[in-house]
Formats: sequence, structure tokens, C-alpha cells
Amino acid sequence: MRFTIEQRPEPSAVMRVVAPVAAIALTLVVGAGLFAALGHNPVAMLDAFFIAPLNSLNGLSELLLKASPLILIACGLAVGFRANVWNIGAEGQLIMGAIAATGVGLFYPNPDSVLLLPLMFLAGMAAGMAWAAIPAFLRARMNTSEILVTLMLTYVATLFLSWLVHGPWRDPAGFNYPQTAMLPPYALFAPFDDAYRVNHSVFITAVAVVVMWIFTDRSFLGYKMAVAGAAPLAARYAGFRESAAIWIGLLAGGAAAGVAGMAEAAGPLGQLSPNVSPGYGFAAIIVAFVGRLNAFGIVLAGLLMSLLFLGGETVQVSLGLPSALTRVFQGVLLFFLLAADFFIFYRIRRVGGQN
Amino acid sequence: MIPRLELRNICKRYPGVVANDDVSLSILPGEIHAVLGENGAGKSTLMKIIYGAVQADSGEILCDGNPIHSHNPAVSRALGIEMVYQHFALFESVSVVENIALSVTTPFNLAALSRKVLELSQRYGMPIDPARLVHNLSVGERQRVEILRCLLQNPKLLILDEPTSVLTPQAVLRLFDTLRQLAAEGCSILYISHKLDEVQTLCDTATVFRNGRVTGTARPKQTTATELARMMVGSKLPEMHVSPPVPAEKPMLEIRGLSAAATDIYGVDLADISFDVFGGEIVGIAGVSGNGQAELVSLLSGERLHPQSNAIRIGGIASGHLDADGRRRAGIAFVPEERLGRGAVPAHSLIENGLLTGHRLGSVRHGMVDRKRAADFSRDIVEKFKVKTNGVRAKAQSLSGGNLQKFIVGREIALQPKLLLVSQPTWGVDVGAAAFIRQTLVDLSRAGAAVLIVSEELDELFEICDRLLVICNGRLSKSLIRTQTDREEVGLLMTGLDGSVVANGGDSLALHD
Repeated sequence: MRFTIEQRPEPSAVMRVVAPVAAIALTLVVGAGLFAALGHNPVAMLDAFFIAPLNSLNGLSELLLKASPLILIACGLAVGFRANVWNIGAEGQLIMGAIAATGVGLFYPNPDSVLLLPLMFLAGMAAGMAWAAIPAFLRARMNTSEILVTLMLTYVATLFLSWLVHGPWRDPAGFNYPQTAMLPPYALFAPFDDAYRVNHSVFITAVAVVVMWIFTDRSFLGYKMAVAGAAPLAARYAGFRESAAIWIGLLAGGAAAGVAGMAEAAGPLGQLSPNVSPGYGFAAIIVAFVGRLNAFGIVLAGLLMSLLFLGGETVQVSLGLPSALTRVFQGVLLFFLLAADFFIFYRIRRVGGQN
Repeated sequence: MIPRLELRNICKRYPGVVANDDVSLSILPGEIHAVLGENGAGKSTLMKIIYGAVQADSGEILCDGNPIHSHNPAVSRALGIEMVYQHFALFESVSVVENIALSVTTPFNLAALSRKVLELSQRYGMPIDPARLVHNLSVGERQRVEILRCLLQNPKLLILDEPTSVLTPQAVLRLFDTLRQLAAEGCSILYISHKLDEVQTLCDTATVFRNGRVTGTARPKQTTATELARMMVGSKLPEMHVSPPVPAEKPMLEIRGLSAAATDIYGVDLADISFDVFGGEIVGIAGVSGNGQAELVSLLSGERLHPQSNAIRIGGIASGHLDADGRRRAGIAFVPEERLGRGAVPAHSLIENGLLTGHRLGSVRHGMVDRKRAADFSRDIVEKFKVKTNGVRAKAQSLSGGNLQKFIVGREIALQPKLLLVSQPTWGVDVGAAAFIRQTLVDLSRAGAAVLIVSEELDELFEICDRLLVICNGRLSKSLIRTQTDREEVGLLMTGLDGSVVANGGDSLALHD
């Protein structure tokens, strides 16, 4: 008796619903087994991972605070990914956005202007786009791999940030810590409640999700980009410009990442330090793919990814587990999510015995 | 006599289709046996099952009376079953003998192997120099390499899958001589084809297929073509109606001195091509594949631009610099050779694929897609062109080749082109759909549009074209009036042997067969 994997004639509608549920169930089983094998009470573990972070208003606030940049960046990246434009340097574009926004916030002549925050928003977006424009130009003109260029520019941005906060922008009153001065009050997003950190920048993410959905699902430009991604020869056959897809794909990701960087600086951080982002730019790539490059999926995937970040922190703090274990657990979940997705498009069939 | 090969009740299912349904056939030693059927009838699947490249779901295979257990290509070759695939598997950058050496499993000496190949090639009338590099060989010569590779194993059964689809008429006759000689020596030959005349010329017996089932066996030399076609198609073929052309006064397409270097190293340079296509007529470009057709087509469609804008004039306007979108605005529509991935996006629905070029007909407003109009547009095509599909939401890749081609042809005709450019209009399309597509092209031209067809099927070109041009080695022949030429003349022009074509790359690029 043998088994073969074969493509389904049509993607399975049932599996589309079952796949994520099954993936989460399998993760819980394997995770519980893993924790039990290590001598911990699995129920307490899973509680600490998935329930405790959501059990308080503060937990929900943190969940949104972390999910917001992930979703925002993933929306921008997905526009490019759909057209096979592989911007993996959102981290660098985020950093450049944070730098430009903080620069405006610190050095704008009138710190009490209501225009300060909008100006920072524009500066962050422009800087993210400018950083993404470099690989876009190189790819469109010289067919340079945008994968390499975006990744390498991330290191340039990280070191540039480091130089700024260690050098010219270091707060003179900051006891020599590598960080800038705090941004003035008008340069900060107001929190919904002073007790919690989540702030009004989540509305930017909400708008981005809607815009991204309209662009990819309703607009002709979004359609052209989907054609460019699914069948480049068909795009050329139809006369859709490849360079347009490259520019739009990279600039959308750059803009989203730049704004996310601005929202970090003008939100929970309030200043620049060498660690502006805990890796949002890279995690957003996973969010975009787990969310199947579609707006609604990205929102769910962003919340899940945020929960994994929080749950990981909780078990480290409350149960004293090494951070490596929480990353293993995150990996298990992503593995099952992607593996379960496979069965939407494929199935395993038993083949009759050969004689 | 014990059959060389016997199949009993072979079944093979793929998702959504039954490729072979209860197929039985038997082949005697020294017999040339045709497997006749339309594209998609399940012939190729059956051959792969015989060769062991694909496993049957059920049924039995017997070789010389002994059942074959746990089948695979290695078992086949041990039994003396060899297969020449439709698409060759040769390494272009090494020599003929080195390619052949790759399939020799016993220890060998390259010089001795070379001598053996030469000897075999002379014995079977397939002259070839074992030391030549494969990328310099014509398609006919490459096929010889594939056949020699099989002959080296002293096969008892040779399977050929549509071996003539890339050959000139003259090369086909030579291949047939070789096959007859092999059969006379006792080798059984299984000859897969959808071409009736070839089967009638060559084969002793024919098993006819339709939709994965055997619909009959016949002695093709004693059966009429009409009878065979009826077994193949299941009904009578529709008759073509080709009225005399009424060409317009001014050409719709003027090509003047078009030259272009190939874009990849195995491509063909186009040299000084000039011709006209008028509204109201169909012009066909014949030629063996790989003689510059792909380059010419992409320059005409605008997928590739030409620096000399004047070399290509559409409706009197210099158009070489226009991209595919610009050319469509100038009045061109285009049906490419590759349907999946170029003419249509495989994973997209028919609605989205209608939008690919049909977006200019009002289904996009203010940058937004009007989904209702887009759906109506595709539904119209599906109805008008009788496309068999589960509705316009079905993905392009779920349609059969013929139905997708009908959809693409319908979409391009919906653009109401002044010039329709069609590459391989009926490649891989079943007989019924092919007749429909050809009639559609004739009707379009008689309604006043200019139609230019690039095809490797001479029968098709002779059936519907008013004028023929032949492309060979990147050069175009003079224009031939269909009613004043014949296959012989076109065949000679295809090989460049009529003296009018001067080889431009020395010996290496010549296409002597």
C-alpha cells in the first residue's frame, strides 16, 4: 500500500476553516507534551502562554500595542509580496521612519504646534519610502535583487541609528545613555487611558487595513500587481509595466514600515534608543504570510503573533523558563499553521497496491 | 503468436479526470501499432503507464506473455521497452555521443560508443555526427539522437509520442522509412498520434481513443479517414466554410526591414523581415519551431519593443516603440502560444482573466474594477464561444486546453481588433474545438479584420490561410498564394533547401535534415 500527495482540483472550502483550528489544536497538544516532558505542569504553562496575557485590561492594551505595528507593516509588505516583490528590509525602513519622525519632533522650531505630530507622520512615511526607493530604483533599472538590497540596507539603518544616539543626537542630560532627549508632549500620540500604553496610533493601522483591502481586492492597480506576481509573462502580455509593480510594491512596504517606526517613537518609546524595534519588521513578514497576504487574515495573524510575543514574556517572567523554549513553542505553532494550509490545496490519497 | 505487449483493463484516475478507463490492447512482434486520439484523450498517460513512468490504478501489463510486477522505467528497459518522448531530454551543451552515454548503464569506452552510434545511424538511415554539440542540431536531428539512444539498447518495443509534431514533411518521410526498417527486423512500434494521414501511411493496426476509453480498433490502411475521425471525435467533423478573401486596399500591418538579435543564446536572430497583412485576409507564417517565430511574435505583440519605430507600422502608424498595451490601443489583439502563464493567469478566475486585456472595455472606472461588468464580460465570452467550465469563477487552470483557448480567442476577438495575431491557434486543442476556432478566425477576417497566424501545423495553414509565408533561420520567404503552392514547396522553404535562404551563421545554424 502506498500514499501519494496530489493537488486538489479546487481548494477545499472545508479545510480553509478547519486548517487554522486544527493547527492551533495540534500546537496545544504538542506544546503540552513538550512542557510535560520538561517537568512542568502543562495546563499552567498553556494558561500562562495564552490566557494570562489576555486576562487583564493591561494585557489587552499590550496585545494591541504590539499587534498594531505588526499588522501595519504586514499590510504594506503584502502589497509587494502579492507582486513577487520581496521587501525583507522593513526593519530598516521602520528605523529610518523613527529617525526622521524623531528628528522633526526634536528640532521643529515650535514644539507646541498641533502640526507637530502630522509633520512627524509625514516625515516617518517619507523616510521609510525613501529607504525602500533605493532597492526599487536598483531593481527597476539594473535588475538588482531587492531581497539582498533591502536586507543590507537594514544593517545600514541600524548602524546609522546607533551612530546618531551615541553621537550627535545623544541627550546632553541623559547621563551618557545612548538615547535622545524625550519628545515634547505635542509630538506624542495620546494614550486612550493614562494607565495603559496603547494609544491612538492604532487608528492609523485600522485605516491601513481598510486601504490595503480596497487596493488589493477592488482596485485595478491591485489587480495588475496580482497578475505581475502570479504570472509575470501574462503581465507583460497584457502590457502592465513591471517597473510599476516594483515601485508600488516597495514603496507601500516602506511607507507602512516608516509610519510604524514613527508610531513607536511617538508612542511607547517617546525617544530614540538603539533598540527602537523588537524585530517588528521581520516578524511582519511572517504575519503577512500566515495571514495569506489578505487584509483580514493579516489582522488575525498580527494578533496571534502579538500574543506569542506576550505569552513568551509571561512564561519567562512567571515560570522562569528560558526564552529559547518560548521560541520553540512559537516555531511549533507556525509550523502547524503552514503545514495545515498545505491541505487546503493538496490531499493525501491511498494508491491501490501494485499486484 | 504471443503478443509482444498486452494491456488488460488498465485504469488511471487523476483528480477530476479519468485518464484511462478500462483500456486493453495488444501488440504483436514487428507490428506498427497506432494509438490514435485527440489531444487529452489519454494517449500519453497510457504510454507512461506502459513505460512505467506512471503507475496504473488497476489492470495488468504483460510482456511476451509474462505479467510485469512493480513496474518502473528500469524494468521496462530491462525488458527492451524504450520510449522517445514528445519533448526531448537532451543536454544542449554537450555532444551527441555524450548525451547517449548518459543512458548507457554498462561500462563503455566513449570512442567505441561513438563508432557504434555512427554505425547504427548509417544502418537506419539517420545520418548524424556523434561529435556534434546538441545545441547546433535541428529538431529533426535531435529526435534522431533520442531514437539512436533507444536503438542502442536493442529494443523489442519502441514507443514514439507524437514524433512528427516538430518535423518537416520531408523529415517525416525519412522517419517513417527508419521505423519500417525497424519493424521488419522484428521490433514492435507503438506510434502515438492524432494525425490521421500519418497513421494511414505507416501503421498496421490502430487503437482509437476518446475520453480515456478505447472506441475501436481498425486497420488504418483499409479504413477511410472519415471513419477514423468519427471514431476519434465521436461525431462528424464540422465542415469549414472559407469564402474567397476580399483584401482591403491599404495594409493593416506593414513590416519593413525588421531585424533583431536574439535575446537568449539559443534564440534566432531575425534578418531583414518584410511583409504586409491586409484587412479581409488571413496570412499564415509556416516554419519548423525555433526558426525565429517566438522572436517575431514578441516583437509584433509589443512584449518586446523595437528601437526602429518605423519597422512595424500598424494602420499606417509607426508602432515599434509601443508596448503591448499601446499596440492594443492601436488595434492589435493577440493570442499567444502559451495559454497558461502568458495568455491567462493559471490561478485566477475567468472573470479576472477576462480583465487581463478586456479591462479597456469599460469594466474599470476611476481605477476601480467594476466587478459586475467584469463578470458579465467573461460570461458573454463563455456563452458566445461555448467554453465548457463550471462558471466564470472557475480558475483558468481548471479548464481543458481547448476550452481555455476558446476563452482567450473569444476575449481577444471581443476587443474588436483590426489585426488579430494568433500563435499556434489549435495546439493541444481537440478536433472539435480546433474546427470552431479556425472557423472563427475565418469569419473574423471576412468581416474585415486582418488575421496573422503563426503555426507549425501545415494542414491548418493550408486549410484557412489565403497567403503563406515561411520562416527559416530568422528569414522570411516571399509570399505564396495558398491556391498556387503546395506542401512540397512550403516544406522545402521550411528547411531552407530551396536556395533562397542563405545561412547567416555558417554551418552551425543551418537546418539540414
